[in-house]
Parts: sequence; C-alpha cells; structure tokens
Amino acid sequence: MALDSKVPEGPIKDKWTDYKNHIDLVNPANKRNIDIIVVGTGLAGGSAAATLAELGYNVKAFAYQDSPRRAHSIAAQGGINAAKNYQGDGDSNYRLFYDTVKGGDYRSREANVHRLAEVSGNIIDQCVAQGVPFARDYGGLLDNRSFGGVLVSRTFYAKGQTGQQLLLGAYSAMNRQIARGKIEMFNRHEMLDVVKVGGKARGIIARNLITGEIERHSAHAVVIATGGYGNVYFLSTNAMGSNATAAWKIHKKGAYFANPCYTQIHPTCIPRSGDYQSKLTLMSESLRNDGRIWVPAKLEDAKAIQQGKLKPTDIAEADRDYYLERRYPAFGNLVPRDVASRAAKERCDAGYGVNATGEAVYLDFAFAIDRYGKEQAKIHGIKDASAAKIYELGQAIVEAKYGNLFQMYEKIVDENPYKTPMMIYPATHYTMGGVWVDYNLMTTVEGLYCIGEANFSDHGANRLGASALMQGLADGYFVLPYTIGDYLSHDIRTGKIPTDTPEFDAVEKEVKDRIDFFINNKGTKSVDYFHKRLGKVMWDKVGMSRNAKGLTEAMAEIKAIREEFWKEVKVPGTANEMNPELEKAGRVADFLELGELFAKDALNREESCGGHFREESVELDGEQKGEAKRDDVNYAYVAAWEYKGEPADAVLHKEELEFKDIELKQRSYK
Amino acid sequence: MDNMNLTLKIWRQKDQSSKGQMVDYKVTDISEHMSFLEMMDVLNEQLVNSGEEPVAFDHDCREGICGMCSLYINGEAHGPDRGITTCQLHMRMFNDGDTITIEPWRAAAFPVIKDLVVDRMAFERIQQAGGYISVNTSGNTQDANSLPISKIAADEAMDAAACIGCGACVASCKNSSAMLFVGAKVSQYALLPQGQVEATERVKNMVAQMDLEGFGNCTNTGACEVECPKGISLDNIARMNREFMKANVKG
Repeated sequence: MALDSKVPEGPIKDKWTDYKNHIDLVNPANKRNIDIIVVGTGLAGGSAAATLAELGYNVKAFAYQDSPRRAHSIAAQGGINAAKNYQGDGDSNYRLFYDTVKGGDYRSREANVHRLAEVSGNIIDQCVAQGVPFARDYGGLLDNRSFGGVLVSRTFYAKGQTGQQLLLGAYSAMNRQIARGKIEMFNRHEMLDVVKVGGKARGIIARNLITGEIERHSAHAVVIATGGYGNVYFLSTNAMGSNATAAWKIHKKGAYFANPCYTQIHPTCIPRSGDYQSKLTLMSESLRNDGRIWVPAKLEDAKAIQQGKLKPTDIAEADRDYYLERRYPAFGNLVPRDVASRAAKERCDAGYGVNATGEAVYLDFAFAIDRYGKEQAKIHGIKDASAAKIYELGQAIVEAKYGNLFQMYEKIVDENPYKTPMMIYPATHYTMGGVWVDYNLMTTVEGLYCIGEANFSDHGANRLGASALMQGLADGYFVLPYTIGDYLSHDIRTGKIPTDTPEFDAVEKEVKDRIDFFINNKGTKSVDYFHKRLGKVMWDKVGMSRNAKGLTEAMAEIKAIREEFWKEVKVPGTANEMNPELEKAGRVADFLELGELFAKDALNREESCGGHFREESVELDGEQKGEAKRDDVNYAYVAAWEYKGEPADAVLHKEELEFKDIELKQRSYK
Repeated sequence: MDNMNLTLKIWRQKDQSSKGQMVDYKVTDISEHMSFLEMMDVLNEQLVNSGEEPVAFDHDCREGICGMCSLYINGEAHGPDRGITTCQLHMRMFNDGDTITIEPWRAAAFPVIKDLVVDRMAFERIQQAGGYISVNTSGNTQDANSLPISKIAADEAMDAAACIGCGACVASCKNSSAMLFVGAKVSQYALLPQGQVEATERVKNMVAQMDLEGFGNCTNTGACEVECPKGISLDNIARMNREFMKANVKG
C-alpha cells in the first residue's frame, strides 16, 4: 500500500483553515448514534474523550490506572509551549513552527507542525478557562519561561507540575461528560487488541484488570492515545505501567509503525544508583535555564570525586569544564536535549563522570543563587548586602522557581542541591517515533486513529522541551475532533456495531489463548528478568550512540531473548483475578518484538539525526567536527514499517518529506 | 551503612469478598538507597521465584505525582517520612533488623480489591459531581490574558490544585473523612474568578456526594495535613466550610 499523507493543497498557512472549511460535518442528532472508543486518558486521550463527548458522540474511554488523572502526562514538569508572544520577544506561529521543525532535525511533516503551531495559542485560552492555575506575574498576567533549543520565552507553566495541572484540566472536562453520561469510563481496563470488520476498526478486546474478565467493546471508530514505548529500555522516566501494547497490537493488525529509532534521551535525570533500580526520575529541563552543567577539567579531580575523596565545591573555578558553554557558545546550557545528552555521555565515557558509577555530571545553581540574590538586594534597596544575605535572597528565588524539583532530588539522593551541585545523567524519556498517521491522524487502518506521543507525526527526530504537552492537547482538543468527524460523516446510517460476530470471536480467542499460555507455561524465570535483559541490550546497543555492528547484534540478541521468554517465562496466579505479573507478561512480550523493529529501523537509517546518532555519520572536519551529520539526500523520509510476521521481516514504506517553507540546514547551536 | 535484613508484615487478601490476614516475609540485603517500592519489587521477585503469589500493590509513576501508590506503613500513610508518597520513601528511613507493617488504606469508602490495592472510585464520583468548570472544550474562549488574576490567588489555587488524589488524608483520619481532598478541589476553583460562576452548586454537589460515599466527618484533628504528601493545608477545609455556608445562605 502506498502511503498517502493526505496533506491538503495550498499555502502552508492556509491548509488547516481551508481543510476545516471543506470537510464533511455530522449533525448533532446523528452524533448521538455514533460511538467512539478512546484508549488512554493522558493529555491526548483525555482531551479527545472530553471534546468528542461534548460534541455529542458516545465515548467509551479506557485507562489501566484507577483514574484517568493518573496517566503519565501527569508527570510532565516544565511547561507547555504556545506562540502567544505575550513577552513581545518576536514570537509567532511561524517561529514556533520553524523551531519545531528545526528542533526535530527536519524529519517531521511540515503541514502537521504548522497546524500544531496554529492551535497552540488556543490551548492556553482553553486551559485558563478550565481553571488551570498557570503561573502569573504581579500584574496578574500569565508568566513565561524559556526552554532548550529556542530563543524566545514561550513556555507557560504551573510551578514544576504543568503536566499534572493540564491533565487535571482535561480530567475535569472528562468528569463533566462522565457525569452527563456522554463518556462511559472504564478504569482499570487494558486494551489487548483491536477488532476490524470489513477492513475498518470497529472495536477492541479489553481485560478488566480487577476481575480478569475479557470484554468486547464496539464503536464506529477507535482512537489510540496510549503514549510512547520508552519502557522498551526497562529503565526510563516513564511510569511503571507505561506500555506499547495497544500501539503494537494495532501494528500487527495493519497499522504501520514509523521511525521507532527516534527516541529522546533526556539530559536532566537523576543518575542510577544500583541494579535494583526500577525507574529513573526526570527533573525538568527548565533547570537548565538557571543551572550550569560541568565536570572537572582534570581527570585526576574526576577520579578523586568518583572515589569520594573530593567534593564538587572543592574544585576551583578554573578547574571546571563547563563543556556545553565551551562547545556551544550560542546556546550554552540550553542546547536541545539530544545534544546535551550526547555531550554528557561523551564526557563520562572519557572518564570525567562525577559519581561512583562514573555516569553523572553536575548541574550547579550557585551562580543563579548569587545572580538572583544580587538582583533582589537591588530591588529591595539593600546596600552592601552580605554574602549570606545575597545567598538567602537568591535561594528564595530559586526555591520559588524549582522548589519541588529540589525537594524531589533531595528525597531521592539525600543531598541538598542548594548547597552542593545536583548530579544528573541522561535517561530515556520520550519516543518521537510511533504509529504512522496521515494529516487526519488516521493510521493505515481505516477508522483507527492515533494521537499524542503514540503517533509519530510532529516532533521529527527530536522533540523540543514543553512541546509534548502542546501536541497531546492539540491533537485531542483541536485536531482529532475535526478530522474524525469527516470520517464519521459516512457512518451515520451504519447503526450500532454488534459484538456477537465472527470478527470479535476470532480476536477474543487470540487474546484468551495468549493469556492461557502465560498462566499455563510454568517456566522458570520472572517477567522482569526478561525485561531487564531486553533493556540492557537496548541501552548498550540501541541507546544514545549506535553503529551497524551493535545494531545487528542487538537484533539477534533481542530475538534470542524473545524465544527464551516464550519458553521460560513464569506467571503466577490465575487469569480470573487481579494479576499484575500477567499484565506485565503481555506488555513485555510486545516490547520484545518492538525492540527488534527499533534496532532494525536504527540500522536502516544510516545518518545521524535528532535523537538517532549513528557513529558512522559524523562531520569529519571544520567547526562542526564530531557533530551529528544528517543525510538529506538519502534519508529525508519517514520510515513506516509494515508488519509481516517477524519484526526482522517488516517491510519498509517511505513517506518522502517535502520542505517547501523551510530550508533544510545542518543544525548548529554553536 | 551496610545493607539491611528486614521482616515485613503484609496484609494479604485474595479479593474484595475474601477475608484478609497479616503474613510475615523476610527480605535480605536491602540497600539504603532503594526506594520502598523497589524493596517491594525485591520481595515480589523472591515470591515469584519461589512459586508464591506476589503481593499486589498500586503504583505507577514512581515519582510522587500520579497518586496511585497507597501504602499504610507502620501506622502512617506513605510511611515515616514527610512530604512524599510511598514511591518516594527510601529505605534509609529504616534500620537493619526492623519489622515493617504494611497495610492498605483503611476506610469504609475504600474497599480492598486485593492485598494492598484499594478501590478509590468514591473520589472519582465526588469530582464528577462538580469538580469542573462548565466551559466547552472548543477553544473558542476568550484570550487567556483577557482576565488578569492576582498572583496571590493564582498561587493559592495552585497550592490547592497540587492534590494528587491519593487518599492518604482519608487513610490517616480516625473518622475516614475526605474533607481535605474535597476542600482542596473546591478551593482551587473558589480561588479563581473562572470558578465563581458555579461556586454555589459545585460545593453543594461535591459535599453531598462526599456524604453519600460514606466518608466521616472532620473533627479538626489535622492528621490529614501531616500525612499529605503534597502539603495540602487545613485552610482548604475552612475555605470549603465557608463556601458551603455561603452556598446554603444563597439557597
């Protein structure tokens, strides 16, 4: 099947408006006869469910947690971008569009990104109307902060918990519709497969996680909003339950999976402390606004720190290497995430790491505290303020900005980050790749949509900070409600979709057979044993830096782990009860396939772009020596993979990317 | 500090209709840098490998924000540390040789589903009763900056909105009252001009639902505030009471 992105004709700034003017609409009376399933209740799924219900459709929403409010969007800290230009610093829709395409290293679809920028301002209006308590200045207007990779302040925030506040906004909109009966909410339910009837998505099979009951749900369209696949690495900043099962199951039923190798390794996470580690904790990269990143300039100092013989505060200013400021004078500590992460890995691999594992760098707030302290002293007219007073004033400002992050750090690491620099190291955070969708956000299966992090569309090869929340809400509040209506306008005479059909029988049997297999296998090793092994292969060979040899090995190793998993996995308990091990088994089985496709995609893409760094593709000389080298001649395409039985046999379909409005340039943050 | 050996006394209950009991387990070689739930992972890996059923407990984000984790540890919601959830509790708070008692939230309105997992749907229904502002989600609202809101009100609303809905307040209260939770939800909207329009109905409906769910009354003990992982203040209960009185005067 040839890929058709269905991008409307016309100038980029008019595409979305013209599109909306010409699509088919469903009249309100007919909407009442149409059912939509939304799987996942994070920012994308939650906002979509609420909006579709408000439009009048009957929505069934599914979450594996006990409340929609617990979806992992909740953990986003830093903020949400919008081209409001409230700061008057030259921002515009075009600039947000440009920054996002550039930040994505020219591997995203222009038309989608422009639409995202166009609706960004509306998101803020919407959220304020819902009562989201964004930070404000003393004049009562909304405050902004700046974020990595851009030169304007366009990020709106709610303390260090923007994700929670935006999700509570979407959740409150959902609650209003649940109360009206327009959303039927299925908490503690997990989608285990999609059901197609006549080639169209017409329902799902879900498991009630309390009783183990397998349920059939039908609808006229199915929306997948189940987030990313970062947990393929075992250790990531995702929630423990975050999984790729819905996305992978639809892939196996005909939805192409695009660019799995585009993964974001976030630079500011708390370093790993031991083998028992279950997850990694991210700290908002907004910290890079005020923190300066460094390692010791001398190897002997780094060794002494690793052995606990020196403290960071013992290292003289001249003996510190502020390597981001050194390598990238224009952007300094605010380079995009992929650049910051690789630079940290480079220093640590060279032996300059600053904790016992050698995998950590410093993020230092001493300068910010001093700068803010002096500013405050001036504001309050304190003459000849003592160093202690300046510190006190400055600490108060830093605390107001990042207090909860500092507290979180202290609780985990047991060190006071006001007094001693934080330690950070990169960790898997976000997956730009995902289910391929067209301009309508529809997958290659008719009537099957994919929104938010679960799809591939807007961030190209690398996502800018504070853009995930923007995309999730844009898809859910403002894009999908239009595009899905155009499709459903052809379904007004269809009537209720029955579930007592051979199509539902067949998929339900597949689901039940797999569950029975796990329960009856009686193997010798736990699910986590296999997940950890998969994670290690992914991190070592498909992590921040990749090469052909490692990727080829990774594919073979993942296949071998998968085969052993199906022989030896052990799942205690029964199918007809709450059984967390059984839930994990199904998810890890899917990660064991996805991981191999991920490595295959990374092997195919013989260029370095965004979060995908191929050691074979670097600049060999000049100012950019050693930096990532993109290959626009051969790789300016979206790699969409079609499932053919084994991940290694997946067939590549290319969507060539056209850049009519932005000139392709090698990224430079120097 | 050397690694620890611990005795765990854990509530085991097959399902909602079964009778539960405390069961003793031993874990060894626990590092002080482990989180409490990583220690539980160690126990569960041990149980799976020895052919026993692992302990079911709720958890997800493991960074203190989703509100899923819910353990009552040594008689305290979220354990002995302050200002954190169970997933942020670290084993450095315990000593080698300790016996740790681990129970689910105990409240009539939070029935046990299995082992340490409880049903918090009552919280959902309270929010569905009025925990929202009735604007449509079309995006055709007024510009976000057309309504200035004082920084103090915005910050206070933010403090109330920090509630993660974990239920520690209910578990800590001798009356199993949900007043801190509902107070926080009412306050977020009461403090903002957007919330004024529906203020009367909101507080009446949410309080009515709270009573219907079987939560107890507030007797100003303040245990909820102490155990709240997000530092939600008792002021929110006072504000809710004022809102409730105002609403009843208005009729």
